[in-house]
Amino acid sequence: MSLALALQSGDVASLPSRRDEAWRYTDLRAALRAIPASSPRGEAPLSAGPFAALDAVETIIITNGFGPDRLSVAAGEHRTVALRFIASEAASAHHGSLTIEVAEGGSLTLLESHEGFGQNYVSDIAIGLQIGPGATLERVSILNDSAEAISVVTARVDLSANATLNQTVLTTGAKRQRFETHVSHPGQGASVRLDGVYLLGEARHSDQTTLVTHKGEGGTTTQLTKGAVRDSARAVFQGKITVERGADQTDARMGHHALILSERAEIDAKPELEIYADDVSCAHGNTVGALDEEALFYIRSRGVPHIDARALLISAFVGEVTDRIGHEGARQMAQDWLLASGMGAS
Amino acid sequence: MLLVTNLHVEVGGTPLLKGLSLQVPAGEVHAIMGPNGAGKSTLSYTLAGREGYEVTQGSASLNGEDLFALEANERAAKGLFLSFQYPLEIPGVPSLTFIRTALNAQRKARGEDEIGAPAFLKLAREKAASLKIDFDMLKRPLNVGFSGGEKKRMEICQMTMLLPKFLILDETDSGLDIDALRIVSEGVNALRSPERGMLVITHYQRLLDYIKPDRVHVLAGGKIVTSGGPELALELEETGYDRFAQVAA
Repeated sequence: MSLALALQSGDVASLPSRRDEAWRYTDLRAALRAIPASSPRGEAPLSAGPFAALDAVETIIITNGFGPDRLSVAAGEHRTVALRFIASEAASAHHGSLTIEVAEGGSLTLLESHEGFGQNYVSDIAIGLQIGPGATLERVSILNDSAEAISVVTARVDLSANATLNQTVLTTGAKRQRFETHVSHPGQGASVRLDGVYLLGEARHSDQTTLVTHKGEGGTTTQLTKGAVRDSARAVFQGKITVERGADQTDARMGHHALILSERAEIDAKPELEIYADDVSCAHGNTVGALDEEALFYIRSRGVPHIDARALLISAFVGEVTDRIGHEGARQMAQDWLLASGMGAS
Repeated sequence: MLLVTNLHVEVGGTPLLKGLSLQVPAGEVHAIMGPNGAGKSTLSYTLAGREGYEVTQGSASLNGEDLFALEANERAAKGLFLSFQYPLEIPGVPSLTFIRTALNAQRKARGEDEIGAPAFLKLAREKAASLKIDFDMLKRPLNVGFSGGEKKRMEICQMTMLLPKFLILDETDSGLDIDALRIVSEGVNALRSPERGMLVITHYQRLLDYIKPDRVHVLAGGKIVTSGGPELALELEETGYDRFAQVAA
């Protein structure tokens, strides 16, 4: 069951639903009564995209699934690429895929955006990433989907020894949205950071799912996802770390912390550690709470209006995640994105 | 001038203030002393506009503005400043960002221009130096990991930059050693001026050795039971609060 399969066959019965354990909180079957017609090629967007202000960035645009299918960074090469996935047409569906290779010792800063211009589109994007020995990928993904969209992004990352993956996802959700990351982790000095932020309002939904498999000795994974939901929004966090037999000296830490800002909002969190090796250091932490009313009063007593005081506390809460972005321009952009999210309104 | 008339306040249906009246003219420092549970913090929270403190009767005004018609942040913009007994820690928000946000929110509410970053930093450096606060401390998240004394000094730093018209100091001496008490008191005394009134709320006379009040009021059982000059504080130190328990009851 997958969205890709359903788009191919045109059969809604192929959509994942709550009966599939992995999709329990992201029921696409219930959200989509019929598979819409295929999206046309579409026009290049007028907007310059969220990363336009950054210097020295090459841009790749994939509109409604149409565009290049490969991005390669040569050995020892360093590149910064803005990768824009555009959904320009309402009431249509598309599938897009891209393979990214970073050869030995190379580095890629990938500034990825998913931008919805049409309403109620269905978008399915698959990205394969091969990160060579000692190579580095910093991936910053912004999901600007439309409120009525159904959007699934699935990335499969294959890491080599001593390689680094640093990922940060920033999302405001969609009707149904899933951002799924699979990492094949070889150990052997490779390191992974998988972070995420969600700020969801109205009836939006977003699901961040990660599956990391440690296959060899001496690997590290750190994960920090933070978010806030208000109105009747719904956030899903599913993080799974598997440590296979023999993957000793694995160091894996997963944290998910969220704020619920209204009674109708919902958060579903499912952290999982599956450990088959003996000598490992693994931990996970998960908290869901409300905004600190005392802190809110303290800020207001200094002259800051209620909405701004809430926004300040929310952006400070999730700012711990955006502070970890290595690329300075992208980090600044992420912080501006937080402030512009309007999450302070209640 | 702060004017409080026949103030009755309930929290969760329990009456805590029962007809409190008080008048603090501009330029004067008044102390409110009283036993635990007398309603001291209730008074400061009610005046500052905290949710859950329900005014059932009476009024309070600052320079003619009806405080109870204003939101907490609007009261601050009108010049009211409450120094908290236990200042809150605000993770993720550097002190400088916090104070600048507050200052500009107040200026905006008053129809004044916002202060730019360079001018603000210059002001912050000056004020921090005058309070012997290490400027680097202002770059750290507000009050996070600060000692009790550092938190109180940060409160003074905030009021020194926001320049309110009226200060309420709620148990500012709690948790301070004698050196910190002296530094904090010097900061408060530097803010004394003919235009600015202050209400110093304290359990102990000790603070009033450093911040000398013009008037002393005793709060017991939710109202002011007696008032007098500075000598009243010394007298209380001798005799304790016991004799007021009956007056209030």
